[in-house]
Amino acid sequence: MAIVYQRSKGLTDVETHYCPGCTHGIIHRLVAETLEELDILGKTIGVAPVGCSVFAYDYFNCDMQEAAHGRAPAVATGIKRVLPDKVVFTYQGDGDLAAIGTGEITHAAMRGENITTIFVNNAIYGMTGGQMAPTTLVGQRATTAPLGREKSHAGSPIRIAELLATLDGAAYIERVTVTSPANVMRAKRAIRKAFELQLEGRGFTMIEVLSTCPTNWGLTPVKALEWLNENMIPVFPLGVYKDITKEEA
Amino acid sequence: MAKELWKGNEAIAEAAIRAGCRCYFGYPITPQSEIPEYMSLHMPKAGGVFLQSESEIAAINMVYGASGAGARVMTSSSSPGVSLKQEGISYMCGAELPGVIVNVMRGGPGLGTIQPAQGDYFQATRGGGNGDYRLIVFAPANIQEVVDLMQEAFELADQYRMPVMMLLDGMIGQMMEPIEWKKPPVSPDDLPAKPWATTGTKEGRAPNIINSLFIDPEACNVHNQRLEEKYRRVIENEQRYETNDTDGAEVIFVAYGTPARLARAAAGLLEKEGIKAGVFRPVTVWPYPYEALHEVAIQDSVKVVVTVEMSTGQMVDDVRIGVNGVKPVSFIGQAGGVIPTPREVANAALKALGR
Repeated sequence: MAIVYQRSKGLTDVETHYCPGCTHGIIHRLVAETLEELDILGKTIGVAPVGCSVFAYDYFNCDMQEAAHGRAPAVATGIKRVLPDKVVFTYQGDGDLAAIGTGEITHAAMRGENITTIFVNNAIYGMTGGQMAPTTLVGQRATTAPLGREKSHAGSPIRIAELLATLDGAAYIERVTVTSPANVMRAKRAIRKAFELQLEGRGFTMIEVLSTCPTNWGLTPVKALEWLNENMIPVFPLGVYKDITKEEA
Repeated sequence: MAKELWKGNEAIAEAAIRAGCRCYFGYPITPQSEIPEYMSLHMPKAGGVFLQSESEIAAINMVYGASGAGARVMTSSSSPGVSLKQEGISYMCGAELPGVIVNVMRGGPGLGTIQPAQGDYFQATRGGGNGDYRLIVFAPANIQEVVDLMQEAFELADQYRMPVMMLLDGMIGQMMEPIEWKKPPVSPDDLPAKPWATTGTKEGRAPNIINSLFIDPEACNVHNQRLEEKYRRVIENEQRYETNDTDGAEVIFVAYGTPARLARAAAGLLEKEGIKAGVFRPVTVWPYPYEALHEVAIQDSVKVVVTVEMSTGQMVDDVRIGVNGVKPVSFIGQAGGVIPTPREVANAALKALGR
């Protein structure tokens, strides 16, 4: 019998702790498949964040470091500067990257640090139980914004892809999502391109992936996908924000 | 070998390179900026990595990543900057990563002053970060000792897989002294292998994981107990101290760093006045040489133990633990960049003696 689908070699056989319907699992798989297809699993070092994907070091089948909250880009910088021929990626959520770690991600991008960041944006703090994130939509409820995020009080969501795309050191920045098979394929292509550019030594690459949190959004997995499409994409438009290969053409 | 005149901060940077360190991350702050300045020129020449980070927080986390990738790595800062590094230091202890952190202390609290002080003793020896952890803390008193200890600092960090702090006051960092390079330079190629480092599996071994998270309470307790066992081995094997004229002394000064030199001068003043005084100088302030201090203090000749610090009194707590009530312990100190004079130190001893 022919095998048409199986676990990527890039993932361990550890059962993940993610909630039913959470899209972290899909995103993990896309990263893992990419590492396997590019045949770089044995030369890759990943950096896990603090947040829902804190245990990512148990799931990716490559060397891993667990960073302090928000510091993954600094940790990745340390690794990459010591081992410039290896592939280094960070996997970070929106609390980790867009709140406590804005300094580290911005300066890693500014330096053109030759690493890849997978930025999973689900507009909420998942691990700690649904608190307001910097990416929470105006009006969206959170346990620290029980009546919904108020612009006059907490401002508007931060658009990291657009922000980092202004930096010369950024080689490739794209925002994708995984709400449909077509979107998953697009996300895969984006992730692959980011790692390929890292292998070419082109500089900082980041793929922002809009992701669902059915548990803390209080929605079923299917409704959560719909909510993302209807509410998040208008605020966080999908697309390529920086592509150094196009600029050169 | 001929002696060379070196500034403390530059000497410690050069000593690190000679100790096989090929990786430096740091952020400018007075009075230690000569360290990153020196590194920016000389580390690349040695084939190493120099990077000026966006903050001290980023610097210590770069150290974390580089150390986890197997490099002999360091950072340096001064008091307010070292406060920012405490998170990373705690994580390095939790993840059992070696590395050397230099603190060229200035006056505090807060922004304090840029002048020399020793107000970070508690932070260095008790830990400013979260959780049960310890650092090996060297407190050199002259530039020769700074360079002599640097290689040992890196070796102990690797041996025990824990960060080591070089705790200097700003005086040691800023002054110049003649020194000798006694030890031959270490080549990074000759350093012991680090099979635990994340250097890529080459798909030939199970992944290595650098981590300080142990979510299960039992597992976290086991981890803590294992760290504690390691710290006990450090306490047993790594205490360093120096005594000067303590045998049969009436007055024992206890001081580290620059105040130890002032105490020597004060002992000389007392000697001229017919009072025999000696100096006990801890070289490691963690682990603290409690027993050695106790042995000195318990001598029949000793009437008083006088602690001298460039702070309002922090190490004096350890002196009291070491002396353990066998003799009276008093304190003389100035903070905020003011350095006590030898006469003031001698007078403090006379006062303690009731004269």
